[in-house]
Amino acid sequence: MAHAQGQQHPIGIYLKIWGLLFVLSAASYAVDYFHVQGYLRWFLIVTFMLLKAGLIVAVFMHMVWERLALMYAIVVPPLLLMVLLAIGALEADYTFLTRGTFFGAGTEVSAEHR
Amino acid sequence: MTQTTQASTTQALPLADGLQGIVADWSSDQVAFKKVPWGKAMMWIFLLSDTFIFGCFLISYMTVRMSTTDIWPNPSEVFALTLWGHKIPMILIAIMTFVLISSSGTMAMAVKFGYEKNKKMTFILLLITAALGATFVGMQAFEWSKLIFEEGVRPWGNPMGAAQFGSTFFMITGFHGTHVSIGVIFLIIVAVKVIRGDLDNERPGFLTGRKGNYEIVETMGLYWHFVDLVWVFIFAFFYLW
Repeated sequence: MAHAQGQQHPIGIYLKIWGLLFVLSAASYAVDYFHVQGYLRWFLIVTFMLLKAGLIVAVFMHMVWERLALMYAIVVPPLLLMVLLAIGALEADYTFLTRGTFFGAGTEVSAEHR
Repeated sequence: MTQTTQASTTQALPLADGLQGIVADWSSDQVAFKKVPWGKAMMWIFLLSDTFIFGCFLISYMTVRMSTTDIWPNPSEVFALTLWGHKIPMILIAIMTFVLISSSGTMAMAVKFGYEKNKKMTFILLLITAALGATFVGMQAFEWSKLIFEEGVRPWGNPMGAAQFGSTFFMITGFHGTHVSIGVIFLIIVAVKVIRGDLDNERPGFLTGRKGNYEIVETMGLYWHFVDLVWVFIFAFFYLW
């Protein structure tokens, strides 16, 4: 195998991504600091999280510069976790319901269970 | 045979059968991931499996948090610190996040200088990365002891609410902290190899005997960035949710 020069990119791009990650982390911390609640909170947290994860994988881990075969082999399989997520959520709702029905007598079940 | 278009080396050897055939087939030069060193492809595969481990942890955390009828302790308050007379929510976790992101930045630059064969800069940046990683683990140790000794959080219960808070917290952050600690050791080993000139002189490694080269810095980097990546998800789902 030829000893290729590997992944060589100008240092500026790493510094820019580093700065962006700082801004995004500060933004997600601000969501907590300013007590944003409800769906807006979850939407902001997940958005900032996915942006940060995307930047790390794409630039720091050089995924945008790799061949598609490697990219698909690594990025697609974790999507299967969505199935487990859905099963877990369904099951958890059911468990919560039965716990409320059979053990909740006399005590009020909080709506803030999440 | 239809393999006439293949390289001549594959025709020279007859294919082995049985157990030997299994070994021969899996170890031969069948390259799917082109233009990446084998070590890097294998690190990616390892990280893929690690993704499933952390994915399962976070999904089980979601399941127990959704199904408990007790009130979930508010992480914003549990992880608050009093600094200079002010109670600041989650400040330690925020600092830990910035420390880990900074270590990812220095790691990315170490990889760049490695491919430029700049021994000194690579060494320095790897050591800074290791120091930031060790700082992170130190802050986590502080966080754990505060939670255990002052707040009374245990894997089986805590005074603030749902018992599942402690069990999932210790399991998820503990597993992540272990990854960071192993990464710090890994970083120091690579840094020593760099400054000793092992990678320039292609000195064989002690474990595999393969010739050293600067690709191992990038492979090391993948592991380190992954640790940062996992923290992004833990920060969002455990601390901010």
